[in-house]
Amino acid sequence: MNLAADIAMTLLAGAGLLCVVRLLRPCSLADRIVALDSLLIVIVSGIAVQAARTRDGTYLDVLVVAALLGFVSTVTVARFIERRGA
Amino acid sequence: MTVADAITSFCIVVGAALALLAGVGLQRFPDVFARMHAATKPATLGLVLVLVGAALRMDRPGAIAKLLVVAGLQFVTAPVGAHMVARAAYRAGTELSDATVTGRLEPVEPGDELVQPAPPAEHDGGG
Repeated sequence: MNLAADIAMTLLAGAGLLCVVRLLRPCSLADRIVALDSLLIVIVSGIAVQAARTRDGTYLDVLVVAALLGFVSTVTVARFIERRGA
Repeated sequence: MTVADAITSFCIVVGAALALLAGVGLQRFPDVFARMHAATKPATLGLVLVLVGAALRMDRPGAIAKLLVVAGLQFVTAPVGAHMVARAAYRAGTELSDATVTGRLEPVEPGDELVQPAPPAEHDGGG
């Protein structure tokens, strides 16, 4: 179980790194939203993996809040782009 | 290691691998829409796999309920968010990649075979 959690954390770290690289490369605002959304999902997955490793449900509230906030922020910036242009 | 632990290990590793694939797709694909295609599908499946794995390890029903809430939210909000971003990017005039073959939202030009709609089916009124 610990080995699986370690492997998963390594994979998630690589995914987060790739998302950050996409975020920092010159690209349009929509690209950055997609990258940020993916980064948030990586973070939520990481918290869930840690909860599974420790059998501790303390941080699961953070999971709910992060998932909801990610959706709200994505929609907000999407509407902003639509009004202003990329 | 119990059976539940084995299933948890499998689900967590596969979910994390899907997240990594999403990251690779973000780097490799040529334009916004292709990148969204790469990023949003593993987002749902990968996260739900990780959440299922975590739910199998939890003892209290409250913790499992929270994980189910997150999974349900992800299923509802991920397509809506992706749709909003894609529509905003298209209306803002984001350039399509050169590899794009057909655009269903482009105005149809005469002589352009790729975007011509299929001919309507003949109905003889027999049905």
